[in-house]
Amino acid sequence: MPEPVLLQTHDLVARYGDFQALFGIDFSVSAGEVVAVIGANGAGKSTLMKAIIGLLPSPAGSVLYHAKPIGDLAAHEITHLGMTLVPEGRQLFPSLSVEENLVIGGQMNRPGPWSVAAVYDLFPVLKQRRHQPSTSLSGGQQQMVAIGRALMSNPDLILFDEVSLGLAPIIINDIYAALPRIIEQGMSAVIVEQDISRALAVSDRAYCLQEGRISLEGPSGCLTRAAVNHAYFGV
Amino acid sequence: MDWLNAIVQGILLGGLYALFAAGLSLIFGVMRLVNVAHGDFIVLAAFLALVVTQSTGLHPFMTFIFVIPLMAGLGYALQRGLLNQTLGHAILPPLLVTFGLSVILQNGLLEIFSADNQKMDAGPIETMSLTVAEGLNIGVMPLAVFVIAIGVITSLQWMFYGTALGRAFRATSDNQQIAQLMGLNNRHIFGLAMALALVVVAIAGIFLGMRTSFDPSVGPGRLIFGFEAVIIGGLGNLWGTLIGGILLGVSQNIGAQINPGWQLLAGHLTFLVVLAVRPRGLFPKVDG
Ligand SMILES: Nc1ncnc2c1ncn2[C@@H]1O[C@H](COP(=O)(O)OP(=O)(O)OP(=O)(O)O)[C@@H](O)[C@H]1O
Ligand SMILES: [Mg+2]
Repeated sequence: MPEPVLLQTHDLVARYGDFQALFGIDFSVSAGEVVAVIGANGAGKSTLMKAIIGLLPSPAGSVLYHAKPIGDLAAHEITHLGMTLVPEGRQLFPSLSVEENLVIGGQMNRPGPWSVAAVYDLFPVLKQRRHQPSTSLSGGQQQMVAIGRALMSNPDLILFDEVSLGLAPIIINDIYAALPRIIEQGMSAVIVEQDISRALAVSDRAYCLQEGRISLEGPSGCLTRAAVNHAYFGV
Repeated sequence: MDWLNAIVQGILLGGLYALFAAGLSLIFGVMRLVNVAHGDFIVLAAFLALVVTQSTGLHPFMTFIFVIPLMAGLGYALQRGLLNQTLGHAILPPLLVTFGLSVILQNGLLEIFSADNQKMDAGPIETMSLTVAEGLNIGVMPLAVFVIAIGVITSLQWMFYGTALGRAFRATSDNQQIAQLMGLNNRHIFGLAMALALVVVAIAGIFLGMRTSFDPSVGPGRLIFGFEAVIIGGLGNLWGTLIGGILLGVSQNIGAQINPGWQLLAGHLTFLVVLAVRPRGLFPKVDG
């Protein structure tokens, strides 16, 4: 039995001024699903995330969430509907302490399992550093804060944009080790990742983007290395 | 004793300058907006207080009951209706629009109230003073303004670092896009920041109207004092702003002590010297 569709885009396009970055993307996430998005640098992965979350404008009907058109809503309105983004490059608030970064993530008061205590439980190292400025942490710890901050809004769908960016392999393992505990509550996730094997290993389904278009889509277990290579590099 | 007197009065005057400056600093801190009409809003608040005392017979101190909500509402409406549209990547549009507001306010006030000097009568408190030592008297009114300034800055500091609203102000100031991901509507947040700034402006205007005489043209001068206090103290540091105001007040009074014509010049010179020696002010906020 397929789960109901949670998020769907129809012919989604995105532009930065005259430059068109996405061309007619049809993308979907079902309830409880983990979907990977892979693609080379500049393929449009972050642009897709920004268009979905409302940081880039699009026509109402081009993004549906819980079957409601949300394409024309602003990001602050979409987050109130239970979707959030862990942005590329972490982007913590430098003027806020570690704990304040978490608390502000929860300021919408959406009910759910995530609280400051639950985040400290997931990433215990953050608890000792709770009163430090967020910028004083290591890259991996900052990424934990960024993930915790997003969880605090108790979303139904969480978009992760390259959480492994610039981190040492051992730290990346730590971060990904938290994923099962995040999705075990039924939360759906989109994982943008440059590391193809890791992306396929953690996801149910995967999309490959190439120059603003979907070049491959399918269940993660069924995608062959050759097909992915072709979709990724266009060779 | 004359010198000591000049310094003490200068310190107290600095409290008024800090009141002029605090709203300016808050707005710049939250949305990087330099409000050129800031001084004219102070004068507008003084005129509002004047109208309230004249029509209700309330003591000038008590006019805040009306002036604060009026100015707060005006600030929110102005931000949502006009100023938000000017914010973006360019520095010029907000400067031009607030400059236009300044012209409109001055001429509007001139039309309604004429160019006559006005002053609110605060009653016997105006002439009361405390004798601290032989030859050193502290006026109760300047002292009250100074105490209020400290109270305002303490409250703002607490609001910024101890409340959810302050957290939202800081987050939005850090990164508007990411703040939206927290469910914060930055247009609303900016509206609240302007409302709060005009609350401080209302307080400044009421005390301006009690301490000195005013007319529709004195706004830009108050803007300069506020601006200098902010820059001397260091952008983004409210206690620095108080110290900036005090330095400005003391410099002006020492200048006046040397030669009555040097009052303003001495203040501007102090500002220039600080700017030359420490371009980021005496107590700049450390960037995270
Ligand atoms: N703010 C912007 N203004 C103009 N062009 C942009 C902007 N952001 C991205 N682009 C362009 O849009 C295209 C897609 O960029 P995007 O950041 O979505 O790629 P990506 O797949 O996330 O890449 P990466 O793996 O490097 O993060 C690129 O060609 C990029 O240069
Ligand atoms: Mg990217």
